[in-house]
Amino acid sequence: MKLSQYLLALLCPIIMLSSCKKNDDAVTADTKSSFTIEFEHQVNGAALSLNTTRYKNAKGEDFSISTFKYYVSNIKLTKADGTSYLIPESYFLIDESKSTSKTITLTDVPTGDYTRIEYTIGVDYARNFAGAQTGALDPINGMFWTWNSGYIFVKLEGTSPLSTATGKALTFHIGGVLDPNNTIRTFSAEINAANPLRVRTDAKPNMHFIVNAASLFTGVTDISFATLNFTMGGANSVVVADNYAKGLFRLDHIHN
Amino acid sequence: MYACSKNDDDAIAGETLVKFTIPSNFPAPAYNFEDNILTNAGFTLGKKLFYDARLSADKSVSCGSCHQQFAAFANLDHKVSHGVNNCQGKRNAPPLFNLVWQKAFFWDGGVKNIETSPLNAITDTCEMGTDIATIIAFLKNTAPYPELFRKAFGTAEINSQLLLKSITQFTAVLVSGNSKYDKVIRNEGAAFTATELAGYNLFKEKCSSCHTEPLFTDFSYRSNGLDLVSNDEGRANITGLSADLGTFRVPTLRNIEYTFPYMHDGRFYSLDEVLEHYNSGVKQAKNLDEKLKGGIALSAAEKEQIKAFLKTLTDNEFIKNTFYSES
Ligand code: HEC
Ligand code: HEC
Repeated sequence: MKLSQYLLALLCPIIMLSSCKKNDDAVTADTKSSFTIEFEHQVNGAALSLNTTRYKNAKGEDFSISTFKYYVSNIKLTKADGTSYLIPESYFLIDESKSTSKTITLTDVPTGDYTRIEYTIGVDYARNFAGAQTGALDPINGMFWTWNSGYIFVKLEGTSPLSTATGKALTFHIGGVLDPNNTIRTFSAEINAANPLRVRTDAKPNMHFIVNAASLFTGVTDISFATLNFTMGGANSVVVADNYAKGLFRLDHIHN
Repeated sequence: MYACSKNDDDAIAGETLVKFTIPSNFPAPAYNFEDNILTNAGFTLGKKLFYDARLSADKSVSCGSCHQQFAAFANLDHKVSHGVNNCQGKRNAPPLFNLVWQKAFFWDGGVKNIETSPLNAITDTCEMGTDIATIIAFLKNTAPYPELFRKAFGTAEINSQLLLKSITQFTAVLVSGNSKYDKVIRNEGAAFTATELAGYNLFKEKCSSCHTEPLFTDFSYRSNGLDLVSNDEGRANITGLSADLGTFRVPTLRNIEYTFPYMHDGRFYSLDEVLEHYNSGVKQAKNLDEKLKGGIALSAAEKEQIKAFLKTLTDNEFIKNTFYSES
């Protein structure tokens, strides 16, 4: 391909965009800004530290965690007047072992006061079956099942003396989008209207969530590692998803 | 839109340009290259990757080792696939052609997109036994790959998305639609012999409810009664439903002359064995398809006629097309 053709390929979308954008003149370019979300990982109130610390599940059984990672996607913000904004292409993989992944930045967000945040714990239906993806959804991240297309939404691995699996392993790979074993769950939090998420061109707020890894094992069904220590999709994954839908995330505070 | 359509890459004079053509007797495909614009450079890269054994853990196995062109990209003579370190897999490698008409992949339909279908082979310890990160690192450090990726995608980046998209530019253009059968159906001057025609009529009566024309599969999952109790869960492995236990995707019968051994576990080596199975070997499995209760009675003459018809599904132009061969 010649250089001129590259240029043409680059310019085309711009030309098309500018010609289609005409009637959007009301929205001026400087009304967008950004904010960050910080996910603080805990286990029942104690800081999560991989491998070294022993925790207890709701049944009082000891366990430790070696891997804890999950997807947050399709982040949607709503204002007090009910209008909402779905952040396009918002797919994030939060991984305890990668500290930078625990703070995410949302850019190009229309400025305003938001009183509600909602997101998918996992990945929406369509992307599970889509063609090759990149970024957070790149299968290189070890969160894609290659024999049964779809993402692992939440992955927790570790050990428990009660586990009957080889090496006393705990393997919780939660995913699957087909009924009756659909594990897509959404989380939402109302934000105190007195201190909303104030997205301003001159102020980039930070939202702070507490993420409780132990929520996988309680909330609806208290799980015993003696009977459930391995799941990769299927009915048992639904039990775990129903649990964490209740308690995985808690909005702790917002720094405006 | 005219101005935006991508021109052919730096085509060398006399070089065959990659084309994706839908045979006129085929339906609309499920995959349409919308998010993966087909180019000569993309195809060339995809083909090179397909045939490169250095991508596997012990550098002994390429996609082309299990998917061989002379077997219509199935695995000739191998009951089940044979991967790195002489590992034997559990399923027979299906042929690779007309994939863009498929909405699901693998014998159990577990994989949902042609672009992601190579991932399992890459990572399975019994197939290529490697991982994406290792392959990406290899490609970044091995000439001429960086140059080929740049030509194909116009970027210095090499990642799994581009790797999978380029492999798909090869696998997705593998279209087989020039068999004698097709030429008869399309009135291109070919005619069935009396035996083939008798076979075709029998086929329409006894087989085409599952092996539906023109792709010779209706893409459903069924049991044709190979075992009373299947060792392989089949479709149930994906759905978890007991009604799917031991059911498998109805396979295409195009190029069937060359894709032996047959069935999901490669248990039959000849079409005679397959036809004898339908005639006398169908087991009353729990999920045996209704249509096969009692089997399909076939006389010796009928078997010969069906076999003669099945051989009209051989597409030599496809199997011998050097454009798809390792060069
Ligand atoms: C060790 C042998 C082996 C290797 C190497 C291999 N495959 Fe396969 N391939 C198989 C088997 C076996 C299946 C069927 C798997 C199943 O049904 O569970 C398959 C299935 C497929 C399918 C789905 C076909 C269909 O009709 O559903 C595609 C596409 C495919 N392979 C492409 C590739 C590509 C591309 C590569 C190289 C990256 C590759 N394969 C490497 C054995 C292999
Ligand atoms: C009820 C549906 C059904 C009918 C009717 C049927 N088949 Fe099949 N056929 C299947 C299924 C399902 C498989 C794959 C089974 C497996 O591997 O477990 C299959 C496999 C085959 C294969 C092996 C293909 C391969 O690539 O391994 C051949 C050949 C075949 N059938 C020929 C026929 C012929 C000829 C007839 C008519 C006499 C026929 N079938 C009737 C469902 C059917």
